[in-house]
Amino acid sequence: MSAVGFQVIKPGVMTLIQDGGRIGYHRLGLTTGGPADSLAFAWANRLCGNPSGASSLEITVGGLELVAEVTTRIAVCGADMPLAINGRPIEGWRSHSVYPGDKISVGFARAGVRAYLATAGGLMVPAVLGSTATVLREGIGGMEGRKLVGGDRLPCPQVDSGDCLKVPTGYRPVYNRRVLLRMVMGYQHDAFAPSERERFYAGEYQVSSQSDRMGYRLEGPAVHCRMPDMLSEGICLGAVQVPPDGQPIVLLSDRQTIGGYPKLGAVLSVDLPLLAQLPAGGRVSFAPITVDKARQVRLQATKQFEQIQPVVCPSKEPSAG
Amino acid sequence: MKIAVAGENALIIYLSDHLSPEVSDQVQRAVQVLEQALGDLLVDLVPSYASLLLIYDLYKTDYGRLCSQIPALLAEAKGRASERRAKLVELPVYYSEESGPDLRVMASQTGLSISDIVDLHQAREYRVYAIGFAPGFAYLGEVDERIAHPRLATPRPRVRQGSVGIAGRQTAVYPSISPGGWNLIGRCPLLMFDLQADPPMPVEVGDRVRFFAIDRSEFISMGGEL
Repeated sequence: MSAVGFQVIKPGVMTLIQDGGRIGYHRLGLTTGGPADSLAFAWANRLCGNPSGASSLEITVGGLELVAEVTTRIAVCGADMPLAINGRPIEGWRSHSVYPGDKISVGFARAGVRAYLATAGGLMVPAVLGSTATVLREGIGGMEGRKLVGGDRLPCPQVDSGDCLKVPTGYRPVYNRRVLLRMVMGYQHDAFAPSERERFYAGEYQVSSQSDRMGYRLEGPAVHCRMPDMLSEGICLGAVQVPPDGQPIVLLSDRQTIGGYPKLGAVLSVDLPLLAQLPAGGRVSFAPITVDKARQVRLQATKQFEQIQPVVCPSKEPSAG
Repeated sequence: MKIAVAGENALIIYLSDHLSPEVSDQVQRAVQVLEQALGDLLVDLVPSYASLLLIYDLYKTDYGRLCSQIPALLAEAKGRASERRAKLVELPVYYSEESGPDLRVMASQTGLSISDIVDLHQAREYRVYAIGFAPGFAYLGEVDERIAHPRLATPRPRVRQGSVGIAGRQTAVYPSISPGGWNLIGRCPLLMFDLQADPPMPVEVGDRVRFFAIDRSEFISMGGEL
């Protein structure tokens, strides 16, 4: 077989190809997909010298093994998963050179849930409606709409030159099991009685085991809305919807496009990565924020990301053995 | 009309709190006018029954600026005739107990005969009020009150592709296999969502849909599988 890029030896629990997301097709009922943790995804690509939305792997929980067929660089950012090339441990949040025959293994997460493996030049799988983002529910994107399986071959370019980079220590996110999410007050926020809102903001919620890329289901103090039946309406990223049982659901990258439950608002995009890295049992609480403040936070976070200069590392690693 | 914050880069425009063909028309006109006027400030729009979610580029604009622009644009939209002519899409349906497993129960609960239900379902032209839930899933309304029927108490884990269902006064064709709680009365052999086709869906929000009955052999010859 001719060299393609990488061969999948073990697919892991759930490994999906993701890019920046499928934008502009909500009117066909399509969700966006895209990385659940957009920050770790952006870093993995940046460390490989890629544009911010290049196609990469989203590794959930871990257990992935790949064999390189080409020379290139890879970087893994996000959840703390033990990483090795040919059995020799390597650092996350840093790009590394790999050569044909190298075995890359990603163990199981010790902190966080999802890690992103980017390769220089990005994975070269065909885009569907402008994106390679895999949405399992829709059966669209990535490897024919499914998660990786053993034997899959992931095409990527041969890249012989380029620096290996790392994120300066101190700028790598820490994944705590307790997070505070800032939420823009919106949608039906005012239809929740003040006492209900108080209970919501004062409460601590636990991440349910039924949480996925579509939404994080939370368990804790129930909040109720006085709204009578409402018509289904568009749902944005991070929307906090409250079904009749009063248990909030935060909607993520694979959210449905429309829905009929009342919503308190939407979690800030810069805080969603922290949520997406929480395992079942993780603790969540919410703080209200205005839309203007939320915009400032987003602009500042983007600026900060651009200002952090990755550190150049020696590009050639001693080979194994 | 009311504009509300949805998220850090999204706002929602409520044109009404009830559903009607006139409101749906307004939503459609608003989509056209906002797309033209806002151009690349827009990331995406999600029209629904009586509202319009507008996702914008927060690097280029903000909530306050959009709130000051939108009312005038909507006023303009209101007076303007729709540019896009809603098309009429006719969808074949094989109505039968083998393709519509809930027909018999619906008949016994409504007091109608199966053929009455089938006739009433075809007698009207429906409007596409919203698209969502799954790729290509179009919410059509409203069915004759006599065949309106509540969702199943327990949704089916697996509804066949092309199944035609009724939930309350809405009807729809399931574009792909999925779980579902609608009452199934038949199946449509046409693909409601096809990535190979351009456009991938035969209908858009605002379009009109009429169903017509086909028999078993026509269903199969049109590509249907039983």
